[in-house]
Amino acid sequence: MDFLNAFILISNFIIVPAITYGSQLALGAIGVTLIYGVLRFANFAYGDLMAFGTMIVILFTWYLQSKGITLGFLPTAILAIPIGIIFTVAISLFFDKTVFEYYREKKSNPVTFIVVSLGIMFVLNAVVRIIIGPNDINFMDGHKFVIKASEFKKLTGLDEGLAIKSTQVITLITTIISCSLLFYFLNKTKTGKSMRAYSNNEDLALLSGINPKKIIIITWVIVSILATIAGTLYGLDKSFKPFTYFNNLLPIFAATIVGGIGNPLGAFYGGFLIAFSEIALTYAYKKFLGYLLPESLEPNTLIQFISTDYKFAISFAILVIVLIFRPNGIFKGKVI
Amino acid sequence: MYFSATNLTGGYGGVNIIEECSFNVNRGEIVSILGPNGAGKSTAMKAMLGILDLKSGKIVLEGQDITKLKTQDRIKLGISFVPQIKNIFTELTVEENLEMGAFLNENDIQIQIEKMFDLFPIIKEKRKQAAGELSGGQRQQVAIARALMTNPKVLMLDEPTAGVSPVIMDEIFQHILNIKKQNIAILMVEQNARQALEISDRGYILVTGKNAYEGNGDYLLNDEEIRKSFLGG
Amino acid sequence: MKDIDIKISFAVMGMMIILVGVFQSWGVALSILNLCLISAVMSMGVNIQWGFAGLINFGVMGFLAIGGLATVLISVPPVIEAWSAGGLGILFSGVFIILTVLIVFVINKKFYNFKYKNYLVFIIIILSIPLLKIFSGPSISKIESINAATSGFLGGMNLPIIFSWFFGGALSAGVAYIIGKICLGLRSDYLAISTLLISGIIVSIVKHEEWLSRGVKNVIGLKRPAPYEVDLQNSDWFNNLIEFLNTSKLSKILNNIERQDLLSQLVISSSGVFVKLCFALIFLFVVCFLLYFSEKALRSPWGRMMRAIRDNEDAAKAMGKNVVKQHLFIFMLGSAIIGFAGAMLVTYDGLFTPSSYQPLRYTFLIWVMVLLGGTGNNYGAILGAFVVWFIWIQSAPFALFIINLFTSQLADTNAIKLHLINSIPYFRYFMMGLGLLLVMRYRPKGLLPEKILKN
Repeated sequence: MDFLNAFILISNFIIVPAITYGSQLALGAIGVTLIYGVLRFANFAYGDLMAFGTMIVILFTWYLQSKGITLGFLPTAILAIPIGIIFTVAISLFFDKTVFEYYREKKSNPVTFIVVSLGIMFVLNAVVRIIIGPNDINFMDGHKFVIKASEFKKLTGLDEGLAIKSTQVITLITTIISCSLLFYFLNKTKTGKSMRAYSNNEDLALLSGINPKKIIIITWVIVSILATIAGTLYGLDKSFKPFTYFNNLLPIFAATIVGGIGNPLGAFYGGFLIAFSEIALTYAYKKFLGYLLPESLEPNTLIQFISTDYKFAISFAILVIVLIFRPNGIFKGKVI
Repeated sequence: MYFSATNLTGGYGGVNIIEECSFNVNRGEIVSILGPNGAGKSTAMKAMLGILDLKSGKIVLEGQDITKLKTQDRIKLGISFVPQIKNIFTELTVEENLEMGAFLNENDIQIQIEKMFDLFPIIKEKRKQAAGELSGGQRQQVAIARALMTNPKVLMLDEPTAGVSPVIMDEIFQHILNIKKQNIAILMVEQNARQALEISDRGYILVTGKNAYEGNGDYLLNDEEIRKSFLGG
Repeated sequence: MKDIDIKISFAVMGMMIILVGVFQSWGVALSILNLCLISAVMSMGVNIQWGFAGLINFGVMGFLAIGGLATVLISVPPVIEAWSAGGLGILFSGVFIILTVLIVFVINKKFYNFKYKNYLVFIIIILSIPLLKIFSGPSISKIESINAATSGFLGGMNLPIIFSWFFGGALSAGVAYIIGKICLGLRSDYLAISTLLISGIIVSIVKHEEWLSRGVKNVIGLKRPAPYEVDLQNSDWFNNLIEFLNTSKLSKILNNIERQDLLSQLVISSSGVFVKLCFALIFLFVVCFLLYFSEKALRSPWGRMMRAIRDNEDAAKAMGKNVVKQHLFIFMLGSAIIGFAGAMLVTYDGLFTPSSYQPLRYTFLIWVMVLLGGTGNNYGAILGAFVVWFIWIQSAPFALFIINLFTSQLADTNAIKLHLINSIPYFRYFMMGLGLLLVMRYRPKGLLPEKILKN
């Protein structure tokens, strides 16, 4: 029996990666949920919007690096995020003005919105691939690790190492900051409250003198900020590949629905729920049990619930379970 | 007259629901619009709010012609409306509902909120609660309070007592009488005609989109024919 | 005049393909035609679901992959060693899966008012997954280790590949039944997301279950319902036919050896065209057959009922129509057609590459076809397939032309110009997106809108 080593093992392979991945999903899901809450459609172009924002960040990172500007032990990309946000906001507002506004004024049905968001998905997809190509790009610089597994072992004298990448710490801190700011904005400021009011009861919001145009612009701005940050964090942590960003849309959608579509706090928890389930259910527990069980009971198979190839299946299973048991998401109440 | 709507004609898709309807209301007066189902009461109110496009007619507030103004601009001029359904922000707290009511007010809204809490003491206790969790009567109070937050000159209510128990109905009417004291012009559409007339200064009875009867509350309540046809004997 | 739009648009489309034949080559033109025809089957499948019944199915890719898998399961010879090594385990696991599904269904039917029914089902499914792994694990690793480089899977039934089209359709319908039971009650956007997720799962199964499909190692050299080029080149009748068709050309050459050389060249190039022509005829038959029955169905009382359900579900329900059952049926029918098309596609390609299934190409492109062509109109769906596939293929030369036009001031070695020219494959996505947005805006019912049928 060796609880300490077992705990470190689980931390290293489940808890730390799931917190990181969960943060990225949570940021993405909050974006999707805000669009749904205010503009009332599921935006299939969101994954590609994340890719677009990240692409701008990468391009500007390269530019900064070529000028010899770096952030020391932090990745240069952090400096480039504001530029990425500006471009992403611009393109979101551009698409809203040229595409979505028309259907909004016509009061088209949600499926029409989904279809035009597919059109934008195709366009963004092309733009990203034409500008930066379809390949894997690694744009992480600065210190890679906060602590390496070997250093951890030396430090603690344990058999198991705990490696913490700097991107993981950056992801967590950025997520905490941006979510706190967002929830402060939504719950404490007049504009944020009016956004929630608009989302909750559009007609009454109009009768109260809330300007829908302003609400919609603010929503796109917030959503673009979140998309750029989430995309950049994911790219720093893993790598940037346009196709992966499209695929990430699926767990993001799952997280959104699980949390109750239109509910930002739900989306936040939904992101972590999906991330923890995906990682915990695809982890092989052989070694972990080896620490906890007496030698005679040690398992000789991997003790893995489902193979990593079926990560999608986990998001989907959670989605179905939630839709069957609680069609409005697991968090009742507050919708943005 | 402080607020008057004259000869309103309009409807949806070419069909006129209201024809040549006229209403007016003074400050400190309660005026009810009554009539059978489908008479066009709510449509008339929507026309006065600018939600429905008019074919002809004129709407005047304080001597200013507002016929061509959009809903949002009418609200800015001091007309406030309490819809019959979906009249609160269910996901927002009571206090946030009131804040949203005062969205257009630039000055300190805290004083106004306190005023509402004096007017509707019960919702003060629930100020931090989501409005959707309140009881029907309380929700109706929040809805009226939200509409009053703009300091309106004209308050329009679309069936404020629909679907509440008789006890709550009396309570809501009592609140409306209190609001009247603040020198606000109150125009309301009501199904509960008899009770509404009891608190009203004047009333209009609409039949198939036209003014059928009008007069002060006592007259309408005591007229044999009206009582038989519209007030249930 | 009746249907003049349809005639004009198909005539224009035919002309375009003929122009490709004249200016590029007949091989290219026939390839385009064949894929247009296959795409037309796919878009008719989607159109049945979306256009007739208003069901949004973003899982097209999954059903196409199922159809592709069917070709492997039907036409590839069985691998005897693999069967004897692990066949029993796989069969046992298969029975286990069927039993689990049956138990779930029985619980759903018999205990429908049992309070914890859903939890029970949930627990059964959760428990079945590790059990399934225990049953199948050893057999799978045995199968996959037999001739891993060239085989490593169970193979199929060694039947003519045409059967696989029907099997692919049936398999898709079966999967659609299960998906439909779970998801069809959901509102439209949830249904879209769920089907997209499920298709992701289906593709990952096909990609990773190597004992079944060889996974990312691909299955190559599938059978064909048409002759092979080599056989044609060696057959007398084909040589004679080519000689006969090119008599005038050949007679101009006097030298016997040169004439023989030219003939054999012609035979080689014509054999490819001939094979594609055979495919084209088969595919054309399928499209016409489907079109005939879809049009008939559309005009039948059943078609009227489907439209009534689509346009006003509540009213249809109130009139006593079993909306749930009809939705499930049409979801299965459409998916079966998509699966059929998936098998056709793999048959035409001659190889099964699970990693090529991507939602953009195999789900959303098909959707663009339907939306662009005309939702609810069979001719529209077919036209959409033709137009979209034609643009998809021909966008590269077009993009090159545009790039050259706009960068004519720049030197050929200019970095931006080179970068753009390297990115030509992605301009097609751009054109698709733009095309979809323009059609949705200015012709929201598609190129050939749904006709109001008067009965």
